[in-house]
Amino acid sequence: MSKLYVTDREGHEHVLEGQVGWSVMEIIRENNLDIEAACGGCCACATCHVYVDPAGLAKVGEPGPDETMMLDEALDVRDTSRLSCQIKWTDDLDGLRVTLAPKF
Amino acid sequence: MSAAPIATDMIIIGAGPVGLFAVFEAGLLGIRCHLIDNLDKVGGQCAELYPDKPIYDIPAVPRCTGQELVDRLVEQCAPFEPVFHLNQQAQALTHLPDGRWRVSTTADLVLEAPVVVIAAGAGSFVPKRLPLPGAEAYEGRSLFYAVRRMEQFRGRRIVVAGGGDSALDWVLNLQPIAASMALVHRRDDFRAAPDSVAKMRRLVAEGAISLVIGQISALEGADGRLEGVVVRSPQGETRLAADTLLAFYGLKMELGPIADWGLNLHENLIAVDTEAFETNAPGIFAIGDICTYPGKLKLILSGFHEAALMCQKAFKICFPDQKLIFRYTTSSTDLQKKLGVA
Ligand SMILES: Cc1cc2nc3c(=O)[nH]c(=O)nc-3n(C[C@H](O)[C@H](O)[C@H](O)COP(=O)(O)OP(=O)(O)OC[C@H]3O[C@@H](n4cnc5c(N)ncnc54)[C@H](O)[C@@H]3O)c2cc1C
Ligand code: FES
Repeated sequence: MSKLYVTDREGHEHVLEGQVGWSVMEIIRENNLDIEAACGGCCACATCHVYVDPAGLAKVGEPGPDETMMLDEALDVRDTSRLSCQIKWTDDLDGLRVTLAPKF
Repeated sequence: MSAAPIATDMIIIGAGPVGLFAVFEAGLLGIRCHLIDNLDKVGGQCAELYPDKPIYDIPAVPRCTGQELVDRLVEQCAPFEPVFHLNQQAQALTHLPDGRWRVSTTADLVLEAPVVVIAAGAGSFVPKRLPLPGAEAYEGRSLFYAVRRMEQFRGRRIVVAGGGDSALDWVLNLQPIAASMALVHRRDDFRAAPDSVAKMRRLVAEGAISLVIGQISALEGADGRLEGVVVRSPQGETRLAADTLLAFYGLKMELGPIADWGLNLHENLIAVDTEAFETNAPGIFAIGDICTYPGKLKLILSGFHEAALMCQKAFKICFPDQKLIFRYTTSSTDLQKKLGVA
């Protein structure tokens, strides 16, 4: 089974089971971690913002054009920023580490 | 101060798809409606968050965009002449001695009716606020998320943050009256209308506006009076002298004043029964995304069903002396007259 490691805003790390076909946002949300995801994964709210650990960046890839535009509405955007609803889980991502971005 | 209260049959808080369909169902039963919404337009999430995205699960409509759905709902309820009060938030709810309810808004509007329907979705759309430590102290004095009166900003040293239409519109509108104007955006690419972007670039080239690529990382000042804005970029930090910051990072939804109305809440949702979608307060109903009950699905079609059932009970409250007969729009000339087609 593949694993997703999520660091919450208090700095605690949670080990979650990867679900092929789900987005990273969905995996985080279904495990009841504090992610707003107001638009339910439609790339329309920027409230599923995470930072991807640099080691996993290459596998996750660059944000698409819609996602880059939506990231304009997030704050403290970094080079490692992604909208987690736009990352589809595959077993290839096993071991990926992400950190929840601040809420606002 | 407030004008005389407006009396009606049903006050609907929220003009999203579910509030709009409630107007139609209410209209068929002869119930007149007034609607209140915080947004400057009707349509709720469909119009604000995804006007161009397709929806595939509206019964008998294989595909339509968010905005198309809203336009059709507006057309469908138009015969019943709903009155919209936009750009204002429903703020207070009080029970009147005669059993009716009074709702007042942030625009000093007062409405009174026997029935109030809360179709507030995930709450009011409000601007996203800067999550910087200490930012709150500046809000309303030096830090703003909307422009109500332009004159307030005459002669000020302004920094505008954001890359969408609101940000660019206010940069262009306020630049002529400001002492200085800087635009801060995360990247040198703007989602605002191309025409506004071109105008902005021209003013930047002329030196009338400074364009700074980066993100706001700190505010400087004291006692709510802003003196400078620190912008961080991969190249380092820049400090912009400013007494006013206008931040446009889009909208988010927030339950707002409804939380304080004494209604039974479960995690920011209003608990209702599934017969009439009534809350613990008689005459106050909740439908659409804002309501919760065992098995609730946050889908538009569920909200439509809730609206229809809610109106049955609302009718009895609005017209206690009248008898309600069940009829189809297909065959009832009475309903067709109401719709203006017979
Ligand atoms: C990107 C996206 C895609 C979606 N796709 C689908 C789909 O394919 N199918 C589907 O069935 N559903 C879909 N949904 C969900 C659907 O949009 C919602 O279920 C629907 O909008 C709920 O309608 P509503 O009228 O209950 O609330 P909303 O649409 O949220 O409208 C509520 C309105 O109330 C206003 N309001 C709230 N409080 C106050 C107050 N105190 N004073 C004044 N105004 C107030 C708000 O400003 C808002 O305009 C999608 C949602 C999103 C975000
Ligand atoms: S959930 Fe809204 S952008 Fe990802």
